[in-house]
Amino acid sequence: MNFEFRAIYWRDMLKFFRFKSVLFSSLIQPVMWLAFFGLAMSDSFDKLTSLVPTVSGVPVVDYLSYMGAGIIAMDVLFSSLFGGTTLMFDKKFSLLRETLASPVPRFHIILGIGLSGVTKAFIQTFIIIGFGKLIGMDFFKGYTLAETLFALVGIMLLVAIFTLGFLFLSGSIAITIENPEGMQSILTLLSMPLFFISNALYPIDSFPAILKFLSMFNPLTLLADGIRYFALGPDFSVMGNHYVYTTADISISFLGLIFFALSMLSAAMWRFNKVDV
Amino acid sequence: MSGNVIEVNNLEHSYGSVKAVDNISFSVKQGEIFSFLGPNGAGKSTVINILTTLKKIQKGEARVNGYDVAKESKSVRRSIGIVFQMLCLDHEMTVSENLEYHGKIYSMPKKERKQRIDELLKLTDLESKKNTLAKDLSGGMKRRLELARGLMTKPAVLFLDEPTVGFDIQTRMRMWEYLREIKREGTTIFLTTHYMEEADQLSDRISIIDHGKIIVTGNADELKNKLGKDLIYLETSDNKTAAEILRSLRSVKTVTEDTKSLRVLIAEDVTHVLPQLMEKIRGEGIEITTVNIKKPSMDDVFVQYTGHGLREGDEKEKQQGMEMVGVSQ
Repeated sequence: MNFEFRAIYWRDMLKFFRFKSVLFSSLIQPVMWLAFFGLAMSDSFDKLTSLVPTVSGVPVVDYLSYMGAGIIAMDVLFSSLFGGTTLMFDKKFSLLRETLASPVPRFHIILGIGLSGVTKAFIQTFIIIGFGKLIGMDFFKGYTLAETLFALVGIMLLVAIFTLGFLFLSGSIAITIENPEGMQSILTLLSMPLFFISNALYPIDSFPAILKFLSMFNPLTLLADGIRYFALGPDFSVMGNHYVYTTADISISFLGLIFFALSMLSAAMWRFNKVDV
Repeated sequence: MSGNVIEVNNLEHSYGSVKAVDNISFSVKQGEIFSFLGPNGAGKSTVINILTTLKKIQKGEARVNGYDVAKESKSVRRSIGIVFQMLCLDHEMTVSENLEYHGKIYSMPKKERKQRIDELLKLTDLESKKNTLAKDLSGGMKRRLELARGLMTKPAVLFLDEPTVGFDIQTRMRMWEYLREIKREGTTIFLTTHYMEEADQLSDRISIIDHGKIIVTGNADELKNKLGKDLIYLETSDNKTAAEILRSLRSVKTVTEDTKSLRVLIAEDVTHVLPQLMEKIRGEGIEITTVNIKKPSMDDVFVQYTGHGLREGDEKEKQQGMEMVGVSQ
């Protein structure tokens, strides 16, 4: 068993903590989403939907808590989607040559970058949950300590699989594309439908049928659903919409994300094996 | 292995219809510095890329440290160190972190890594720069750091692709000192260069390569002596006739007519030949305007074997070299 991916991971983390601007912005960004967008939207949503009759006998969740799960998903999406960019610069400034000329299998390069992305995603997830609790997000309400820990582990697993998938995707684009502008525009183009055709920030129950159908295959929807299952429970209502997550639903989230991550991994392997030094 | 660290037989490589490497065979002995001397585009880098398994071998056979380049690429990679033509250091990491990373990707144990880093920083005089970010080093220091990195894993052979391109002569001469020191420690070095002095001063053996072919191989003195003992440059009022007269003399090996002057290679000691030679030319009523005597240099060897100079386009190459270094700044 080889562990060369640890070297790739080590280098990436070293630079993450060295570039203070990157470190600072990636830590502050989730807080800003929650503090500005979250509070503003939740106030107006709660006001707009205050007259909607609640579903009786089901715990009511406020919009901030509903959206908190989506913010985790979205924040992790953006950082992992753009996370592969480092590979493009490494290739451009021929830093990758040293690694590509070494006995390190290409899979280890992808894995190392992926795992460092997962670490960063965990840090962001904890910041959102922590700061969210401070401003009144009702995650893990009424949970025992064991239940909370179980829920956290569930969320971390989902976040990890999701992040790996998007880093593999981002890495394959980065290794193929030559210039930063091209990379930037492809990623922005990709993030638009992912972001809007999902239930990260709003319920999709009243979406047009086609968008609703598409959103079921969106990894962002799968992740947001999964986080809600673990953080808010399997049965709640928000803004008059009744949410029930069955074991089948959470299994779909896991399986869908695993399928996504594996497909992206094979795409990344395909692209990486084509890279010429 | 018969003491050869590199063994290449009938190597060929094409890019589309262009043959970059044309049926090359050579071997590099344990512990020597072996140079490929030739202009840009002669096929030097292609050979290096094939030997370091960065390019798939198309035709022929190559073994490095006893391993087949085509079938045992992983073992080949473990046996070698590479210093690429372009600088490729991580500028946001310190000197020792750059080395540390290299040790890690080659799975060196921690203790061994630390010890080797200390040794190499000493060897390359970078001890005081240990914790300096790579971007804050001078060009020469960066190159030395790359040299240290190439030696991290104690490779059987170190490949250097144009190691001093774009450097001033002082920096270049310092680099040569380091390379000699590395050789003394027992590392075999294979380098490509288009600098005559580099090949001349540094190498145990040189292969002159042009248009993908090895033209001649030998040590610098051998190559120069083959040309003749001395070289005379003459300018006369009638070069054409003078050349004919010279060719008829027994002591003259070859005469080449350049645009303005005659290049005369002499087989014997020039001090005895010159008076007689000048007298003969004057006797035919030809006036001699300039005489210049020198020992054959690598330049002369190169011109003799390839039929053209290496200096043509040299300025352009130098510029390209600077740009290459500049890219990674």
